[in-house]
Amino acid sequence: MDFLRPATWAEALAAKAADPTAVPIQGGTDVMVEINFDVRRPPALLDLTAIGELGDWELTADGLLRVGAGVPYARIITELGDRLPGLAQASRTVGSPQIRNRGTVGGNLGAASPAGDAHPPLLACDAVIEAESAARGTRMIPATGFYLGVKRNALEPDELIRAVHLRPATGPQYFSKVGTRNAMVIAVCSFALALHPGERRLGAAVGSAAPTPLRARAAEEFAAREFDWSGATALDPALLARFGELAAEAASPIDDVRGTAAYRRHAIAVLARRTLTWAWNDYRGKAAA
Amino acid sequence: MTQTARGTGSDLGVGAGVPRPDGLLKVTGEFAYSSDLYLADMLWGATLRSPHPSAWIRAVDVGPALAMPGVHAVLTHEDVPGERFYGLEHKDQPVLAIDQVRYQGEPVAIVAADHPETARRAADAIVVTYEPREAVTDPRRALFDPGCPKVGPEGNLVRHQPVRVGTVPPTAEVVVTGEYEVGMQDQAFLGPESGLAVPAEDGGVELFVATQWLHVDQDQIAPCLGLPKDKVRLALAGVGGAFGAREDLSMQVHACMLALRTGRPVKFVYGREESFFGHVHRHPARMRYEHGATREGRLVYVKAEIVLDGGAYRSSSPAVVGNAASLGVGPYEVDNIHIDAYGAYTNNPPCGAMRGFGAVQACYAYESQMDRLAEACGLDPVEIRVRNAVSQGSRMATGQVIDSPAPLAGMLRELAAMPLPGSSCSPDLRALPGGVAQTTHGEGVRRGVGYGVGIKNICFSEGFDDYSTARVRVELLGDEPHILVHTAAAEVGQGLVTVQAQIARTELAELADLGAARVTVAPADTSVGSAGSSSASRQSYVTGGAVRAACVAVRERLAALRAEHPGLGPAELLRAHGPVEETREYRHRPTHPMDPLTGQGDSHVQLALCVHRAVVDVDVDLGLVKVVELAAVQDVGKILNPPALEGQIHGGSAQGLGLALMEEIQVRDGRVLNPSFTDYLIPTILDMPPMRLSILENPDPAAPYGLRGAGEPPTLSSTPAIAAAVRAASGLALPRVPIRPQDIALAPAAPAR
Repeated sequence: MDFLRPATWAEALAAKAADPTAVPIQGGTDVMVEINFDVRRPPALLDLTAIGELGDWELTADGLLRVGAGVPYARIITELGDRLPGLAQASRTVGSPQIRNRGTVGGNLGAASPAGDAHPPLLACDAVIEAESAARGTRMIPATGFYLGVKRNALEPDELIRAVHLRPATGPQYFSKVGTRNAMVIAVCSFALALHPGERRLGAAVGSAAPTPLRARAAEEFAAREFDWSGATALDPALLARFGELAAEAASPIDDVRGTAAYRRHAIAVLARRTLTWAWNDYRGKAAA
Repeated sequence: MTQTARGTGSDLGVGAGVPRPDGLLKVTGEFAYSSDLYLADMLWGATLRSPHPSAWIRAVDVGPALAMPGVHAVLTHEDVPGERFYGLEHKDQPVLAIDQVRYQGEPVAIVAADHPETARRAADAIVVTYEPREAVTDPRRALFDPGCPKVGPEGNLVRHQPVRVGTVPPTAEVVVTGEYEVGMQDQAFLGPESGLAVPAEDGGVELFVATQWLHVDQDQIAPCLGLPKDKVRLALAGVGGAFGAREDLSMQVHACMLALRTGRPVKFVYGREESFFGHVHRHPARMRYEHGATREGRLVYVKAEIVLDGGAYRSSSPAVVGNAASLGVGPYEVDNIHIDAYGAYTNNPPCGAMRGFGAVQACYAYESQMDRLAEACGLDPVEIRVRNAVSQGSRMATGQVIDSPAPLAGMLRELAAMPLPGSSCSPDLRALPGGVAQTTHGEGVRRGVGYGVGIKNICFSEGFDDYSTARVRVELLGDEPHILVHTAAAEVGQGLVTVQAQIARTELAELADLGAARVTVAPADTSVGSAGSSSASRQSYVTGGAVRAACVAVRERLAALRAEHPGLGPAELLRAHGPVEETREYRHRPTHPMDPLTGQGDSHVQLALCVHRAVVDVDVDLGLVKVVELAAVQDVGKILNPPALEGQIHGGSAQGLGLALMEEIQVRDGRVLNPSFTDYLIPTILDMPPMRLSILENPDPAAPYGLRGAGEPPTLSSTPAIAAAVRAASGLALPRVPIRPQDIALAPAAPAR
């Protein structure tokens, strides 16, 4: 196996163009496990850890946060937790402290596992993935169009993930994940919610309950249509219940060793109701203040 | 928040909190485990395993593997130099599969190559032609359906042990029945099976290996290699946990075969996934219980049928069945008992020893029954247990009289009187079910409290000649007195090395008090007699007893020498006389087989009690559980080393928590679905709560220092205590462990209470 270690982003893009089968590696928390288990044997690894700018984040001119593909979960929690609370909450549930020190959102996107913890908040927050290739330059891919299938994403063979672009939170955000133990667990299912009160809508996304992470579109449309976005009133229990049902209907879960399809559907409805309650209460509290 | 009655003793003797010598090395990553063994010219072994739970082997072609560069040997059953079968109690397991495979993961061929990767690829290159056949995976069917295919040599019954006491009346004032199920738990040790076999100049082999019992390995390996035992020499390598999973052989014979064939050292290290196929597991159990009692909650009778799935080979299943039967009603006085305990052969993964050994499964069922009985009688769960509790002088189900202190009622009262933890209105997510995954901010969370009681036999039972050997040598080294303790007892992480040194210091205090005596515990190997197994909570008792006996013998020799040379201190005596060395075997009192028809007999050496109270918060909507606190009272007779003992109780309780809430090897159609630590979950520090302990020291006069084995009892009682607490919180029956989230969240009936 070749081990490529470019020193600059341009070199990395060139290397990927020269050998599109090279697998990018950042924290190694996913790629190394797969190699260890002999799940795959890439002909080459493309180590991106020497490229300093991948570990940076910045506020762009148009007010978006551009988070480099190499920013580890631990730094998202400590440095961006106030502006990206949903993603930070999801980051907090990833693995162990050691894994959070190494693992990255870029790696989560590259692996595109349906159980990846970062995906639901990216979807709920309308994140856009910045991909780049030596031949065609930069391409912006909305998260909603990024996940194509189980461990398949929209990247071209010669493309690398440069960064993720996210708007700083415009309202309350929550992430919830069900696992069979209280830490260090892969999602049985998960749910992310981001309120955008200024736009009188919310983003809602489901993880680990379908071949890909996905948005709960019907639930989002229901919320935009039916909720009292003035923030003057509490949500009627019937609205909450319906929102939970619509979120669960978005999923197409399976039975596997981590849980049953029926349980996943049930749990997503519970998580959707709860996160919405928390977010709505936060919003009303702020609206009243 | 640990409270402990401290033992007494000198600073470094019995009862002192002497730190373990391997502790710092382990937490800093410096400890050399068996997987770290290395010789410059060694080869790497790999194993080809069956993908089928049941199949005929029609052909094996090793040619493609042999043709690979770097491959030094590829061996099959035809290359086994001696006997082709081995086993702990019965030689029914082939070293390498012969004409058939009986479980997924059964070894079929082995490879030695100059690189581990090459060895694995060569193993994959072996072509085996299988003819899959029907796998027997339902233990009840295996036992009771005459048309079921036979997995075992003489059928599918490993052992049937009845217990018959009194006459079971057709009914009682209060009757509760229940069917219970225990899933397949894994020992989940962190150090995978590994070892290094080195060919010796005398035609023999030296094996450095992580095991629980060097001599029983030697007894099984030597015949398979066709060698006399003195040509198969074993030394203990660093053991990364055991819990029963290292009682059976794994890579031992394979490594020796390859070393003898190639003339090179051969090392095996199983990967994590392979490890799940490389050792036996805890027997899954299906149990039917019926308890009859008076309205006042006094037990009148217990009827039980216990079916234990032993999987494809015998391993220690017969003894596990014996424990389930003899301990099947728990530590309660019952006049009328009708138990049938069965062990079955199936094509599921082989099951054998795991901490608690047959007592765990029964304990979950009888404690679940006691709670149901309490409810039916309108009694508190503690009260019903107190009313039926055994005490010294009580008869067990086997008719054996408990002849040392067994203050169960008092232990329960003490436990119930311990303060309860406050309610968790903490904003810290880590205190809530689901933890930082933020599944609740308190919604759906209900508190529950439950109790569990367990009784475990200590040491080997049913007439087994269970002994240990210790050699103790006192000499001057560098003109200073030095004590050398040598046994073959396996330090598997429990702290036995420390305890051996403590015993030597206490028994040879005369020398230690010189202030200069150093104590060395020699590495365990087969150049000294057998110490028996590091299992059945027996090593402090039996090897402790042997070390004490050898020390006493040395002390007496020194006293005799002193009488001959009055006026000389120990150092002068040793200088004049030279080293003093004594070897002693220690046997606990004899035990007797259970009557095959009635189960009666004094089958156990010693019985140990532990009681747990669990406090849990359950998110009843999602089925997630946070164990808030575990409290335990355990009678250990005598505390040898307080922190080591507390560690055993904490660890045993954690393993019981795992069984209650998450640990299960999921098997479908004979195939393991989750052979990884990604999907076989063991408790983390956020799952295992702080413990409140009360450790009692009511001595057993028959045991060294009055001690009572301590490692297993907490593993029994924590599981039913947690299950009871989850039931109390949810109002659900929950007749199966581990309790899965969907068992709570999708329970068919709405909470009844």
